[in-house]
Order: sequence, then C-alpha cells, then structure tokens
Amino acid sequence: MKYGTRILHNESGLDPHTGALSIPIYHASTYHQHDVDHPGKYEYSRSGNPTREALEKTLAALENGTHAYAFSSGMAATSSSLAILQQGDHVIATADIYGGSYRILSQFFSKFGITTTFVDMTRLENIEEAIRPNSRLLFLESPSNPLLKVTDILRATEIARKHCLITMIDNTFMSPYFQRPLDLGTDIVIHSATKFLGGHSDVIGGAVITNSDSLASRIYFVQNGFGAILGPQDCWLLLRGIKTLKARMEMQQQSAMQIAQWLKMQSWVSDVYYPGLPDHPGHEIIMSQATGFGAVLSFKTDTVERTRQIMRKVKLWSVAVSLGGVESILSYPVKMSHAAIPPLERERLGITDNLIRLSVGLEDASDLIEDLDPKH
Amino acid sequence: MKIETILAHAGLCTDQETGAISTPIYQTATFRHPAVGVSTGYDYSRTINPTREALEKAMAELEKGDRGFAFASGMAAITAVLMLFSSGDHLIVSDDLYGGTYRIFEKIFKQLGLTVTYADTSKAELVKRAIIPGRTKALFIETPSNPLMKITDLGAITALARSERLLAIVDNTFMTPYLQRPLEFGGDIVVHSGTKYLGGHNDVLAGTVVTGSAELSDKIGFIQNSTGGVLAPQDSWLVLRGLKTLALRIEKQQQNAQKIAEWLAQNSKVKEVYYPGLPAHPGHRIHEKQSAGFGAMLSFRVPDSAWAERIINRSRLIIFAESLGGVETLITYPVKQTHGDIPVEIREKIGITDDLLRLSVGIEHVEDLIEDLEQAMAV
Repeated sequence: MKYGTRILHNESGLDPHTGALSIPIYHASTYHQHDVDHPGKYEYSRSGNPTREALEKTLAALENGTHAYAFSSGMAATSSSLAILQQGDHVIATADIYGGSYRILSQFFSKFGITTTFVDMTRLENIEEAIRPNSRLLFLESPSNPLLKVTDILRATEIARKHCLITMIDNTFMSPYFQRPLDLGTDIVIHSATKFLGGHSDVIGGAVITNSDSLASRIYFVQNGFGAILGPQDCWLLLRGIKTLKARMEMQQQSAMQIAQWLKMQSWVSDVYYPGLPDHPGHEIIMSQATGFGAVLSFKTDTVERTRQIMRKVKLWSVAVSLGGVESILSYPVKMSHAAIPPLERERLGITDNLIRLSVGLEDASDLIEDLDPKH
Repeated sequence: MKIETILAHAGLCTDQETGAISTPIYQTATFRHPAVGVSTGYDYSRTINPTREALEKAMAELEKGDRGFAFASGMAAITAVLMLFSSGDHLIVSDDLYGGTYRIFEKIFKQLGLTVTYADTSKAELVKRAIIPGRTKALFIETPSNPLMKITDLGAITALARSERLLAIVDNTFMTPYLQRPLEFGGDIVVHSGTKYLGGHNDVLAGTVVTGSAELSDKIGFIQNSTGGVLAPQDSWLVLRGLKTLALRIEKQQQNAQKIAEWLAQNSKVKEVYYPGLPAHPGHRIHEKQSAGFGAMLSFRVPDSAWAERIINRSRLIIFAESLGGVETLITYPVKQTHGDIPVEIREKIGITDDLLRLSVGIEHVEDLIEDLEQAMAV
C-alpha cells in the first residue's frame, strides 16, 4: 500500500460496533469492569481511551513505528519523553532547537540534575566532541527551527548508537509525510501535532512515536503517571486533520518553493533559508533522507525597519505564533518562538531581529507573494 | 457572594459581541496579533486559551486563591506542582495517598533526585519527626485521605508547615471547594483531580492547581506553559459546565452517603465503616471544624476478599469502575485498582487490604442503592 493510501486506511479509525467511518469521541473518564481479576481493555481514560488509541495507532502507522502516545501539547510530549532520564544524565541537543525545548532543558531538567550541551549538528564532529561518559540522549531537530539547518539523521544516529545514546528527533517541520526518522535508525520521534499533523490551527497536541518496546514502556509509564494526555475531542480533531496530510503537505510545499524562489530574487532580501533551494547547505542531505522540503522557510531582510514594515503591512499572512496550518502564518522568532533563548545566544545562532519565519498555507501562492512584496 | 452563586455563574460569559451565556469553546491553537509587538492578550493556546482561562478564574475564585491553572488530568496538575522542586529536595506525604501520586514519586521523581517520606499526616508529631532540616521543602496532604478517610487538622498542619518554612500542598479532590477551602486554613497550594466532583459526570479528565500567593502563581504559570500539560478547550468547557451543578450534586451525594454509611455500620457483614460523617469516626470533630460537610466518599471492610469480590460481582446498579465523584455510584477495589501500585507490605501496614471496598456515592435514589448493596451482600 502506498503511503498516501495508508494515511487514510490503517487499522484504526473505524468503529467496530457500528462501522462508522469516523471513530466516536469517547468522553468517558472510566469504564465498567466485568471481572475483579481480569480488568478490561480500558479501565480509566488517562491509562487508555478508545479515541486516543485510534489516534495513537494512526501516528504509529504514519511514522513506521510500533508504539505512539498522544499528549496535551508538543511540549508535554517533549517533557514526558525527557522524563525517562535520571538525575546525573547528560543530553546533547541541537543548538537552534525550538525555544520551548531549550527552556525545559535549561530551566527544568537542569534542576533535576540533567545537564545539556547544545551543539551545531550540521557538523557531526561536534556531536562526538560533546559526548561524555554520562551522555544518554541525542536530541535532534531537522530541519531546525527557525534557520532550517539540516542534520544528517542517519550519520548522527550512527554516532549515537556507537556511544549507546538514545536518539530523539523533533519531526514537526517535515511531518511523517516527508520524513520518517525511525526508518533512519532514530529511536524516538516527537511532534508538535498542533502544526502539520493537525493542520488547521485549531488544536494543541503532541505525539511521541517509537519502535522500541523498552522505550515504549518507559514513555507509556510517564504518559500514564504524569497524565499530560490529549483530550478525546482533540484526538478526534487530529485524526480528522491527518486525513488530508498528503494533500496539504504537497500543496503547501509547492507554494513554499515558489515563495522561496521569489524571495531569492528580491534585492531587499539578504538571505533565504529553505532546504528546497539548491544552494541551501543542507539541500543534498535532505534529499537523501526526506521526500520533500516542507512548507516552512525563513528569510532576512536588508534592514530591521523593512522587517517591521512587512509585519505591519501584511494582510493575508497572520502575524502569529505557530505554524503548519492551512492559513499562512508569519512569525518573528526573536519575539515569539525563540524569545526564551537569551539575546546573546540568539545572536550567536543567527536568530537576528531582521529574521522572519513563514509557514506557508493553502492560499494561492501569487496572493501570498503580492502580500509580502514591499512594493505593493 | 455565596459559593452557590459563584458556582452557578462559573464561566458566565461576558462576551460583549454576542451576549452568549455560555463561554465559547475556543478551539484554536493560535491568535492573530493586531500588529507587531501588540497582543490581544492571547498569543498561543498552550500559554493561555480563553475557555481554559474562564475555568481557571472560576477555580481561583472558588478556592479563594490567587490564580487557578487547568491541566490535562489530576496527575498532570500534581506533576506540575512537583516540578517546583529540585534534586535533593525532600517532601512529606500522606501515607495512604492516591496510588497514582505514589507511583510518580517512587518511579519518576525519585530518579530525578526527589525524596519522600510517607507519614500519617493526621498526627502532627509524626510529620514533625519526618522533617529533615534544610532538605524538607513541602508537605503533601489529602484530607480526607484516600481510601481510609483519615482526617488531617488543616489549621494545625499548615501552622507546622509555616513554622518550618515548608509549602503546604493539599489535594482537595474528595471535598471540593464547596465543602472545604484549604487556602483559608493557611494552605499554599490546592490541587484537584477535576475528573471527579468538579466535572461530576465521569465524562472528562482534568486537573487543577490553585495557588495562594502571586509568587507561587508565577512559578506554576511558568511550569504550565513550559511543560505544556494543559487542559483542552472542550474539556475546560465540560468542567465549567459541571461546576454549575456542584452544590446540588454534593448536597444530594453526601445525603445519600450518610444514609449508606449508617446502613453499613448496622450491617453484620461489615466490620468497619470509614466515613467522617459518622460520629464514631476518629476525625469527625476535626473534619466538622474545617469543612461544611462530609462528602460522598466512604470505605468499608467486609469479612474477607471473597466477600469483597462477591459484592463487586453481584452489584447491579452500583458500577464496578475506577474513579469517583460522578453522578453514578461507583464501587472500587483499592488493592486491585486505585492503590494497586503501592507495594503490598506498605498497603498492609496502612490498612489497605483485600477486604476493603470504596464507594463513591452518586445521585441515584438512596433506597435503590441500599437495596443493591443488600442483595449483593445476601448469603
């Protein structure tokens, strides 16, 4: 079965009792038990809920994993996955990681004795150099947010395996439609499902997928123990969003490419960051590990005044936090997604105040371009 | 304003546009900014969502706290509170607390360097003895406790906490703010499994935290936003909807519970009944002093495990399921369900044994409930 078909036809989603094509929204918190000694499949919705289970099975199928877990947000997914670590453990994370992930590593897990080294993973030797005897986990993001840096997932994973580290990757930007890191040897995939998986800017959700039974049982323990699970209505909305994942990703990527090419030709644009452009430093690598380039791109303008002018003048683009929805969103990393990273550190990473991030939606690309053009 | 009025008006929408009485369900992830550097006050729903905010405000008002926070489950609420601490910190916790809380202490936070002493918090001297100077940072109390309904003197325990500079955290799930408001007795943080009485219909998982000071509000708000265990908008709306009938439900449920407790106390097959509304309960007087009622949770002991299983398997109206606080009466077998994660030696020591059953009394007619128990217990 081709991937596009599998998105719609997998083992979940059909209601076995009625044949309904859409799984019912099970709002029940608890389930009647028939036998004291043999608990039923569902006991309590924090531990297992049929609607959430349908979503989790779909997520596992999409990422070619064996186990998936749905959380109340992408950050709940990330923090619950990191909670399998112990006091004294060390994490190596990509330098321009999402601001929220940076924040929990540097402000929460650090309190519990877990240290992190942030390195530029486009140079694989940086990973090797950062490894210590207590290193336990390699945390990748590729392409990274917001500068779309590409990490060689296969080779980074090989280094991790050599040193017995767990590899975890944030696959939010690509979605499983374009990139399936478990196939490249990664152990854990996380998503902010709020973005491309949901796709409609109408639900906050997170996902964790793995194909390791032992990691799965540890992650499930935290999901059930910490209880940051996704509500049934939101699980259903994600399932609904996923049905159009292929159509959306194809269309959004096509427009992103057109916009990137147009930006590239503008005199007031100093840099364009989109891995689909042949001169992007990660272009060859992404072609080897993904089937597309996604629909998020960033660019720098010649002056900060120009950046601000664009943000003031756009009408079609929503100036907002988040990405991945059918509506195009323009965001300003220094004040939004990466505000949690200290200014000096941001500057060093190239997240400057003339940087704009675009999440391209389903509008007509020519309308989106016209709306960005300062000459209009 | 009286609490019944606050409850009925929980989430009463002041939407100027439409005048809608019920808070809209804002099923949105993000919000458009009017201009750069200008915000409507809503940026991203993990940080703040208008529907969740309505519930959070109602909870703060009901518990007389500084701010309220809503989470994806009661355990997510408790986890957020535990994130306040750091490796090396020590906590003192009620010994017969909910098994889920025990599980995260033992299996997750222990690995992250937190240590815990379980103590009978109904005895202040035992709590005092458990304090490790310089390391103990908080007390975590359930009163009444789950499932043995032990009562802790809130005023006394918070006074001890204050003198020792410890945070007093109270799980108020069994009582709800309608009956008991621990912050008024000097508590610092109140947590709830909103799945239980607040929601009240066994149809939503939720948790809440209410803080007693602005300083704690900032810290919990930061944790809620960063670790993201937030309650979804649809579920926030369901809890708000549940709050509106909280007073009616609790009144009816505790009335039924009192009658069932009295009936059980007279029954020859019942060895013991744990309900603070019975005058013989050791915590009866203290509970009366700090709460406006006795709630609708009770436990009882039968001759042996065979009896316990017989009652569970033969009950018809009373549903055998894990959870509590809903309009339907549920029977739970703590050793196998809620407290199954606590090692058997500890369970035996504190009295959670296989002859113990827990009832969450609902709003059915009490005679039907007693009749069901009667037929289940018939020889």
